[in-house]
Amino acid sequence: MSRHRNIRSMDFEEECDAFDDVYGHSVEDDYSMSPSQAAFMYNRNNIQIGSYLNSQKDIEEEDEEIESNEELKKAKLESCVEQIRGTLGTTMTRQQIVDAVVGFDYNVERALNSLLNENPKTQESNRSSKVQTEDLPSSKVVGGSSGAQGKTRTVTKGFDVVVQKDVSRLSSTPDSQSPASGRGTPVNVDEELNKKWEPKIDVLAQYKKDRSDSKQHLYMIVIGHVDAGKSTLMGHLLCSLGQVHQKVMHKYEQESRKLGKQSFMYAWVLDETGEERNRGITMDVGRSQFETQNKLVTLLDAPGHKDFIPNMISGAGQADVALLVVDATRGEFETGFDFGGQTREHALLVRSLGVSQLAVAINKLDTVSWSKERFDDIKDKLKVFLKQAGFREADVTFVPCSGLSGQNLVKKSTENELISWYNGSTLLEVIDNFRPPERPISKPLRFSINDIFKGVGSRLCVSGRVETGCLSAGDRVLLCPSREIATVKSITLEDVPYPVVYAGDQPTVTLSGVEMENVSVGYIMCDIQSPVQVASKFQCRIVVFNVKVPITKGYPIVLHHQSLMEPASFSKLISQLNKSTGEVVKKRPRFLSNNTSAMVEIQVSRPIALEMYSEYKELGRVTLRVGGLTIAAGLITKIIL
Amino acid sequence: MKLVHKYVDRDGKGDMSFIPEEMDDIWHAYNLITEGDVVRASTVRKVNLESSTGSGTTFRTRTTLTVSVESIDYDAQGCKLRVKGRNMEENEYVKMGCYHTLDLVLNRKFTLMKMHWDSVALERVEIACNPTQSADVAAVIMQEGLAFVCLITSNMTLMRTKIDVSIPRKRKGFVQQYEKGISKFYDTIIQAILRHVNFDVVKCVLVASPGFVKDQFHEYMIQQAIKTDNKVILDNKAKFMLIHSTTGFKHSLQDVLQDPAVVNKIADTKAAGEVKALEQFYTTLQCEPAKAFYGKKHIEAANESQAIETLLISDSLFRSQDVNLRKEYVKIVDSVRESGGDVKIFSSLHPSGERLEQLTGLAAILRFPMPELDEDDEEDSETEE
Ligand SMILES: Nc1nc2c(ncn2[C@@H]2O[C@H](COP(=O)(O)OP(=O)(O)OP(=O)(O)O)[C@@H](O)[C@H]2O)c(=O)[nH]1
Ligand SMILES: [Mg+2]
Repeated sequence: MSRHRNIRSMDFEEECDAFDDVYGHSVEDDYSMSPSQAAFMYNRNNIQIGSYLNSQKDIEEEDEEIESNEELKKAKLESCVEQIRGTLGTTMTRQQIVDAVVGFDYNVERALNSLLNENPKTQESNRSSKVQTEDLPSSKVVGGSSGAQGKTRTVTKGFDVVVQKDVSRLSSTPDSQSPASGRGTPVNVDEELNKKWEPKIDVLAQYKKDRSDSKQHLYMIVIGHVDAGKSTLMGHLLCSLGQVHQKVMHKYEQESRKLGKQSFMYAWVLDETGEERNRGITMDVGRSQFETQNKLVTLLDAPGHKDFIPNMISGAGQADVALLVVDATRGEFETGFDFGGQTREHALLVRSLGVSQLAVAINKLDTVSWSKERFDDIKDKLKVFLKQAGFREADVTFVPCSGLSGQNLVKKSTENELISWYNGSTLLEVIDNFRPPERPISKPLRFSINDIFKGVGSRLCVSGRVETGCLSAGDRVLLCPSREIATVKSITLEDVPYPVVYAGDQPTVTLSGVEMENVSVGYIMCDIQSPVQVASKFQCRIVVFNVKVPITKGYPIVLHHQSLMEPASFSKLISQLNKSTGEVVKKRPRFLSNNTSAMVEIQVSRPIALEMYSEYKELGRVTLRVGGLTIAAGLITKIIL
Repeated sequence: MKLVHKYVDRDGKGDMSFIPEEMDDIWHAYNLITEGDVVRASTVRKVNLESSTGSGTTFRTRTTLTVSVESIDYDAQGCKLRVKGRNMEENEYVKMGCYHTLDLVLNRKFTLMKMHWDSVALERVEIACNPTQSADVAAVIMQEGLAFVCLITSNMTLMRTKIDVSIPRKRKGFVQQYEKGISKFYDTIIQAILRHVNFDVVKCVLVASPGFVKDQFHEYMIQQAIKTDNKVILDNKAKFMLIHSTTGFKHSLQDVLQDPAVVNKIADTKAAGEVKALEQFYTTLQCEPAKAFYGKKHIEAANESQAIETLLISDSLFRSQDVNLRKEYVKIVDSVRESGGDVKIFSSLHPSGERLEQLTGLAAILRFPMPELDEDDEEDSETEE
């Protein structure tokens, strides 16, 4: 009997001791805790009291692992006992039930049967299966992945490493007690495990064949301070290109006039919800498509208001190039640029999210009677700033225009005041001149999910961006961090079905085999043989932009990674670096202030799917925000746990 | 908390009996009881009586037990403490040394015996037994798809519900899905408010969000209340207060508590004071880094030079299982006070306290600048982690 003591928690020991007592024995009421309840419990032993405890981390974590295993076992045991009690009443002693439950490996039905048949034979089999359970405890909880545990750690990229991580994730983080972790259904991926990922060799050829006869696809995000005229500019452009039916435009004109917001009629092309139209500001990224001479452009109209920057960030993560719109009106450019406006923040954000080509539309020039001085003045100021922000001078183009009157958008301007000093490109030509970005097609699949909804026939649909690799209908894919397997039913690009999509595309994918509750925005869909990494702690190199108070250890932040938004904190300030050379200036700084560069360790509140920058640029970038301000951008250099 | 009995001898050894009366009192008790203390309370114990034939009968009985504490769990949701340990006084039902878990709940007396009541513990008793008119505040902090319903008392912020749903984005031709998603989300929040907010005691409900979510929600809630004739909400309409916050995550409650409108309304709760002190620490760190220290090593050094003007310390440090460590922290507090410094003990259940806890749990604003400790020293303390 003593053999399984280590499996169950200590309470039973006491019972055993009290067994031969003459006057009977008393039993402590055990409580089993539902996971949702557990989230509200403060257990002193589990609280990590930070750095000032002189204990060795490794050992501590191991202890905890066992403990929560025990905890889990106990809870499981309790629920089984409860169930059996429900059927049998109190005719059996608790000890008998417990024995049976443990003996039959928590299989209630079998335990019940054995208890009901109570004969020596089943007792016998009880004992033999008990022996088996001995070795199970440590691996049991992990479910299907236990097989991989014994393998040695090899490269950073293997499947086993991820599994290893998963083990600790399930058991050691306090998170595993929270309701959210219920999502982490262990997956049996044994058969897939044996195959190694290798690039489909024909993928490049296939891509050429598929896409060579169509125009280059380009994703452009339109950014700038609130009310710079982004939506109006784009709405007017779409209109002039014939993308918006005249009837529709007429309707917008009528309706916006009724609301007394006629100046927003073009913005309505992109601002579609009632809320946006009534308030006259964009709240979530609007999408539309148009063609230039050589390109098929999907435009993403970002919101300028600072409260909606999270949406803008998720949009920027999907863009290849950016169009920065600034308001040339006197005083307005200054608000947006000099005094904490979003012109700076947006430009820094898109740059740190990997956009390197930028067009600047100096808009509303009609309000300053197309003044060349104003144009040049703004251009000079922005040039200096954009260079500091990391844009190459050759990659930045300036174009004067007016979204409301539609000057210099598609056709050369008819404004004499403008033609007198400007005969450069129109906005459309500038867009057409963007260089097509590189598409990492031959890497394993990574797809960042940015929206989840029910499609036709209430099938689960996800949309987002293929960051690397390609995706075909019929593929089996892994959704991380919940590690759910799904099958791709169909793929559409702007409502047209496609059999295969490639890196850079932003399709809508219909999935089967997975529930809506088990996927969230910010999840990564990836190749089963070569899955994305999952961790809640990582090292990254950051550039600190502008902070009101210095960054210290423990500083709470919101982490943005693709479309994901998650609370996090700095768990360690490793070193402060020289901004240009990258040399270590100071080890373990006490704090970081404005315009510094540093190596830090970040702890996220729950595991997320991510990659090192050196391996997958697209998934190796993070943006850190505090109190509605972007305080830093970083590149992931090392994944810890 | 009601103190019904107190006896402490000259060496600080003694016992006290309390009756917890408010939610906060359970939290105070959690901070008072440490491993090794002895707790006595009335409890229910299950007893198996076995006859000589082996068949047994089980019954429950109420009995008073005295346990030597080995572990303490604080159940914020159920508002109780679970104190587990071995029985110290045998009686007819429970043998000596048997394990038992005592549930300490509201309005039920318990007795706590300590070998040594130190200054921090005594101060805690004082605070706990000094009835302050606590402004009870409820807060709903949210962003699209994510909401927390919390109760804020002077000593803690209790998260009551977390609502986390995914709402489809707006997209051409699918606007209804977005709108359906969002009304379902709002309905869930309203349900949570009705379930967790007791409008008889709560004086104010803060509704905070970035953007317009809070306004939309408020409008929706009032509309629904009118539609369903929900008296509870309609009668308490005036208690709702809309506040801008920068995110919908729980830690943004700190910004909310700093909002002037809120400060006015809930006046000097402990929470607001703590937020201010921490803010001051960070400002000092920004402007005069040599006057803002954190971490045990630095604080000890500053304390030796009697340089500490304000000490910020997290109450979690006093819950350390290591008795000696606890003693060290108590000593720092005592000596700062002796040299005329101000000590602020942060509740680790407030966002500001959580933040301090992340920052080693110990920070100080100094009277005069002091040199930073050597890098080597720093490294030592880091590797000790
Ligand atoms: N005079 C003039 N007004 C313009 C021009 N472009 C836009 N506006 C006005 O500027 C206001 C804001 O336009 P929006 O297009 O909604 O601005 P936005 O940048 O999309 O704003 P957010 O999306 O909320 O950040 C509207 O009233 C427009 O009529 C322009 O070229 N000239
Ligand atoms: Mg707009």
